Amino acid sequence: MTLSYFIQQLLNGLSLGGAYALIAIGYTMVYGILRMINFAHGDVFMMSGYFMIYAITVMPWNIAIPAVIIGTILLGTLIERVAYKPLRSAPRMSVMISAIGVSYLLENLANYLFTAMPQSYPEISILKHVYTFGSITVSRVTLLAPILTIILTLVLVLLVNKTKLGMAMRACSKDQDTARIMGIKVDNIITITFVIGCTLAAIGSILYFTDRNTVQPYSGSLPGLKCFVAAVIGGIGNIPGAVLGGFIVGICQIVITATGYSVFSDAFTFVLLIIILFVKPSGFLGEKAIEKV
Amino acid sequence: MTKKKIDIKKTLPKVLMIVLVALYLSYLQADPMSHSYAITIIERSCIYSVAAVSLNLIIGFTGQFSLGTAGFMCIGAYITGIVTIDPAMKSQIFYLYGIQPWLENIKLPLLAALLVSGLICAAIAFLIGWPVLRLKSDYLAIATLGFSEIIRALFGWDGLGTVTNASYGVSNIPSFSSLYECVIICVLCIIIMALLINSSYGRAFKAVRDDDVAAEAMGINLFKTKQLSFVISSAFAGIAGGLLAVFMRSAVTSTFTVALTYNILLMVILGGIGSISGSILGAFLVTGSQEWLRFLDREYTFGSLFPMLSNTSIGGFNVPFLRNGFRMVIFSILLMVVVLFWNHGITGSKEITFDRIAGFTKKLIKHKEGNAHE
Repeated sequence: MTLSYFIQQLLNGLSLGGAYALIAIGYTMVYGILRMINFAHGDVFMMSGYFMIYAITVMPWNIAIPAVIIGTILLGTLIERVAYKPLRSAPRMSVMISAIGVSYLLENLANYLFTAMPQSYPEISILKHVYTFGSITVSRVTLLAPILTIILTLVLVLLVNKTKLGMAMRACSKDQDTARIMGIKVDNIITITFVIGCTLAAIGSILYFTDRNTVQPYSGSLPGLKCFVAAVIGGIGNIPGAVLGGFIVGICQIVITATGYSVFSDAFTFVLLIIILFVKPSGFLGEKAIEKV
Repeated sequence: MTKKKIDIKKTLPKVLMIVLVALYLSYLQADPMSHSYAITIIERSCIYSVAAVSLNLIIGFTGQFSLGTAGFMCIGAYITGIVTIDPAMKSQIFYLYGIQPWLENIKLPLLAALLVSGLICAAIAFLIGWPVLRLKSDYLAIATLGFSEIIRALFGWDGLGTVTNASYGVSNIPSFSSLYECVIICVLCIIIMALLINSSYGRAFKAVRDDDVAAEAMGINLFKTKQLSFVISSAFAGIAGGLLAVFMRSAVTSTFTVALTYNILLMVILGGIGSISGSILGAFLVTGSQEWLRFLDREYTFGSLFPMLSNTSIGGFNVPFLRNGFRMVIFSILLMVVVLFWNHGITGSKEITFDRIAGFTKKLIKHKEGNAHE
């Protein structure tokens, strides 16, 4: 393995990891507040990919990107209102089943609306610009993904730790009943959490699909599960942890694919999960001292 | 011990129903060619019933949210496939990788093959359960889901090609000798699980589900109980997988995706979590309605549906919405409605018994009479 090949793969891994990290944040924040795995999050991410395909046909890319983000937010909050809100006081298993149901619905809906054939993702020229350093070729999106991820994470961490809204979110994740007594509108906070999660998922989907070129109805389910695993690896409820987990999962996947065991690239994530749950169930950064959202 | 008196009034309808079902099956079996469609639906429903009851055993009766069913079904399907194929065919099927010499001449009858796959699944579940069952609800769900993906990747791997034929899967599995064979095996599996659930072990499962702290205080070993339930549930999932392989005459990893687990979960939820008869009903309803609703997937013009419109201008238009994939959309919306508004499913956690059916019809008749008087 030459050095340039190694760097090339590392960059690919970082790029994939960046996209995973953004999706993992959505999982970790929802889990922090509602204590549920939002199984539909991966499918929201897939839908966001389709939104872009259709948005780009009617508008230029610089309007299409915000439009896609808004569309994804609307979808995510709609799901929260319809499928999760009525089950606030229900047992956790019912909420999880509801989430699985939404995921099933979105996949079938995508299958119906956009057919099962993979559709090609639009090439946004500004993201597809290719740089060449010696024998390494990188598209701009590959370089942009990890940087954008880290910037967004920093903004989010500041939001959670320094603002009143962030304080309310932390309060809700600690104890919803007490938060409600203190005058926090818990339902609004939950909606805001979904808005943030969906925004990041939409950005993640642009980064992810620009590199992969096609979208199909099931292209959200496995990445979704992997991103949840990433959130668990980093410590569930912890935003920097989710980012760390996302990068670990992304880089591992690229490394395994590059060494010729691509069959196991999906399975390895779950092996990692079982190992982590065995060795350090709270994840890498999920110490009690770190505040959870 | 007092001898149980046989109450004719209670046993008569049961016997009658069994006779009716047997008569119907023999009617279908008498001419399997012309009834192949009905036979396919019945066999598929029976096999899914076994899978649904096995999933219900762990989710509904023990309260552990395990989603590994597809993985265990995959293991069962491959094992059953490999050991029941005619040895003469094996070199043909495994032409690419060759077959392990010790597998080459194995040929087991179906029952033995299913038993072997059940036992192997039980052993694997025992090992997997060790780390996994210590996890709480949603972690358990994601870990078992992950396990089933790992199995799928492993069985599709070239390195195991001499055993599993990698991504090509195992084909040419001999089918059921008759409809009876499939139905009887499925009924036996469900009866065994029902007996287990009604035994003291089953009561321990329910105790763990309802309140694990109280159950532990009553002297139930939490971990052992969970593990027993997981092992038995997985064994029957493996058997269901084996039956499915025989039914489809092939075993390929692409069958056993997460979607299969979700599909079986749907049957359990629709029928009612914690009800055996509910799961069976759910399996038949889901499988049956997926066939009956097939018309939703076809495109029609208004003219072909309503002959009186065929000469008007509307007749040439396609009926809106009806297009490939619409069936599954309707299906998933139905599932969401059940989950949100009717979360006990059709039966709730109660079983369907003849007394309840009789009581229900009586109420219905009374209600109608009451309406008539008004």
